[in-house]
Amino acid sequence: MSAVIENHHDEHDHGPAKGLTRWLFTTNHKDIGTLYLWFSFAMFLIGGAMAMVIRAELFQPGMQIVEPEFYNQMITLHGLIMIFGGVMPAFVGLANWLVPMMIGAPDMALPRMNNLSFWILPFAFFILLSSLFMEGGAPNFGWTFYAPLSTTYAPPSVTFFIFSVHIMGASSIMGAINVVVTIMNMRAPGVTLMKMPLFVWSWLITAYLLIAVMPVLAGAVTMMLMDIHFGTSFFNAAGGGDPVLFQHIFWFFGHPEVYIMILPAFGIVSHIIETFSRKQLFGYSSMVWAMLSIAILSFVVWAHHMFTVGLPLAAEIFFMWATMLIAVPTGVKVFNWVATMFRGSLTFETPMLFAVAFVVLFTIGGLSGLMLAIVPADFQYHDTYFVVAHFHYVLVPGAIFSIMAAVYYWIPKWSGNMYDERLGKLHFWLSFIGVNVTFFPQHFIGLAGMPRRYPDYSLVFADWNMVSSVGAFLFGFSQLLFLFIVIKTVMGGKKATDRVWEGAKGLEWTVASPAPYHTFSSPPKID
Amino acid sequence: MSGGSYYVPDQSRFPIFMAVSLFLLVMGASSTINNLDDPNSNSVYILYFGLACLFLTMFFWFRQVIKEHLAGLDSNQLKQSYVYGMAWFIFSEVMFFAAFFGALFYVRALAVPWLAGEGSKGAAITAIELWPAFESTWPVITTPDQGTEFELAKKSMAWPGWENALKWLPLWNTIVLLSSSWTVHLAHLGLKKGNRKKFNAYLGVTVFLALIFVGLQALEYYEAYAHYGLTLNSGIYGSTFFMLTGFHGFHVMMGGFMLAIMLARSVFAGHFEQHDHFGFEAASWYWHFVDVVWLMLFIFVYIL
Repeated sequence: MSAVIENHHDEHDHGPAKGLTRWLFTTNHKDIGTLYLWFSFAMFLIGGAMAMVIRAELFQPGMQIVEPEFYNQMITLHGLIMIFGGVMPAFVGLANWLVPMMIGAPDMALPRMNNLSFWILPFAFFILLSSLFMEGGAPNFGWTFYAPLSTTYAPPSVTFFIFSVHIMGASSIMGAINVVVTIMNMRAPGVTLMKMPLFVWSWLITAYLLIAVMPVLAGAVTMMLMDIHFGTSFFNAAGGGDPVLFQHIFWFFGHPEVYIMILPAFGIVSHIIETFSRKQLFGYSSMVWAMLSIAILSFVVWAHHMFTVGLPLAAEIFFMWATMLIAVPTGVKVFNWVATMFRGSLTFETPMLFAVAFVVLFTIGGLSGLMLAIVPADFQYHDTYFVVAHFHYVLVPGAIFSIMAAVYYWIPKWSGNMYDERLGKLHFWLSFIGVNVTFFPQHFIGLAGMPRRYPDYSLVFADWNMVSSVGAFLFGFSQLLFLFIVIKTVMGGKKATDRVWEGAKGLEWTVASPAPYHTFSSPPKID
Repeated sequence: MSGGSYYVPDQSRFPIFMAVSLFLLVMGASSTINNLDDPNSNSVYILYFGLACLFLTMFFWFRQVIKEHLAGLDSNQLKQSYVYGMAWFIFSEVMFFAAFFGALFYVRALAVPWLAGEGSKGAAITAIELWPAFESTWPVITTPDQGTEFELAKKSMAWPGWENALKWLPLWNTIVLLSSSWTVHLAHLGLKKGNRKKFNAYLGVTVFLALIFVGLQALEYYEAYAHYGLTLNSGIYGSTFFMLTGFHGFHVMMGGFMLAIMLARSVFAGHFEQHDHFGFEAASWYWHFVDVVWLMLFIFVYIL
């Protein structure tokens, strides 16, 4: 027992351990945040490479590069990897780095579990990616894995897919519990709920959503497993089940899931716009209430993904109106950001460029979402490229732009070095142009009737598909520039000041740059 | 702690061992399930190995946590973190069961009536074209396909009527589990008054009742398979019945195991103080949670 006590005394106020064990055994929120961010970057590049395969095949009508079967595997893995491997871990990484610093805590509340949540992920994605080399190929039923495509007609690798989703879910739940407990229990004295930075608020709500819906996803894949291997009939009408039941359960998870991928972005963008407007954020408490309303509404809108499956009319009307209601709190947020910028002393450093682009392009995605919410219109748009354009507008220049903005905004605090502003701006403009050239034309071909998830298409869609592919290559290859900028900044560069940005507010800017390995050993003073 | 008042733990090997164990476990489970028809497959050893690693890691991890606690390293703040953490974990478990209850309600209220032709949508056409003989009843004994793909059960587990109530296992299971929730509460009261004998005795009774429950549940499954012909393969009634009661039974086993560990800690190591016993309290919360789930099961799976 004395060994335990001694152990606990020597480690304090020391820097990180040496070598590889630092990363394997770490309990430090900054190390774990870094691991999460690099992991998500790797997944972003792998998922991006799959997107390149998809767009290369769609460059021209006809089959050029891949077999249809492989194409299906690409669209499935692209979606799964970007969502569960790219966007979600990036936000968890940001939460790890920032939440303890923002609330004046020494670390996350449960540091060992924090390490476990991260280290599950590389194994989970190793399993998922290894399914590409299995007999029958990787999962090919789309990231939404609708039954019976994912049950009766699935390749054998679906079993590996199911279990990898299980452990990913365990990782997410543990990560989310950690964030909630940290925020509820570790705030420095004086950091009251309504004084918390908005990124912390956004993550408190996101974590709640994660704990509520990841177990539902676990339930859905468990029913799949039972249907495939053990003779149950949850999704089989011959036994009294219903394939549509799968869609209900999946989207009960899936819709809160899309807010899980956007709420932390709202938090990030609020901070960045406030800083570079050199003003107080407009409408702090309405921002909090808007996020809470969005989170609550997210539980009662799931069936808008299923308008065409033959729901009763009353259900279609309910889900249509509930969905449109979400535009209200979202609108509050957009107007608050605009009002924050109004008459501010604006400057446009790279994080601000990404944040402003977020506001504009996310709003485009939001508005096409409103179009899709209209039941009779959705009958036309359902499963076309219009939907693809919609959700890529909210996820790429939405979630991913906010992550890039966050990296540029906080990397001086993390590494102690300023990034190269010229290269950062170049990266922004290449990405901005690339993203719009890729996804804006998809609205047109979608409205004209091109269905999603096919490797071939009618000649009438050829022109815009070619434009879209050119944009995708531009966007994809620009991200190598991003990788270069991040590495260059971590390796060296102009030293950052502690405050870094003139208008930056918040506890994380009161500590040194780079932030010391253990930030607060005793609670900081809050005014 | 160099003047600070915050708890910062040092490095730990447990998390990465746990991650590797989980990896082995799910790889083993996936390949075992994919090779169920292959008698020469030895994937199941990977599964066992993963399970063993998982248990060992958990054992040593919890031992470390308990040691740190006994050495007085836990601040009040950290203790509070454990309390919140357990509460949110139980919430996640609630949502896991919610998925299966949701499936049950959906099937009973919507899918089965639609399959029998109720309503004006496409489902009615399906019913007329594919399975005209299917009638909507719950429990669904005769599946829409009349048992061509599925094996029909002879009998369900539903409420047998007052005259047979005393011979009905679920009633006894309910009595056993409700009493065990009461005895674990009495144990807690004893501990809070500093009465260790009372604590050990009532906790022992609780663990015993947990064993009885699992035994009765096993007997019920045996009856279902051997005498009722009710299996996982009996269509949607068997699916929902076995998945809901099965996951509940699994959680009872986990909860009972936790309580047994707490009993052993108290009896053999003298752990838990009058005002400091969250390890036990967490296990008892979990126990009350499985009890509530059973009540829901009793109402919606067995009686209604």
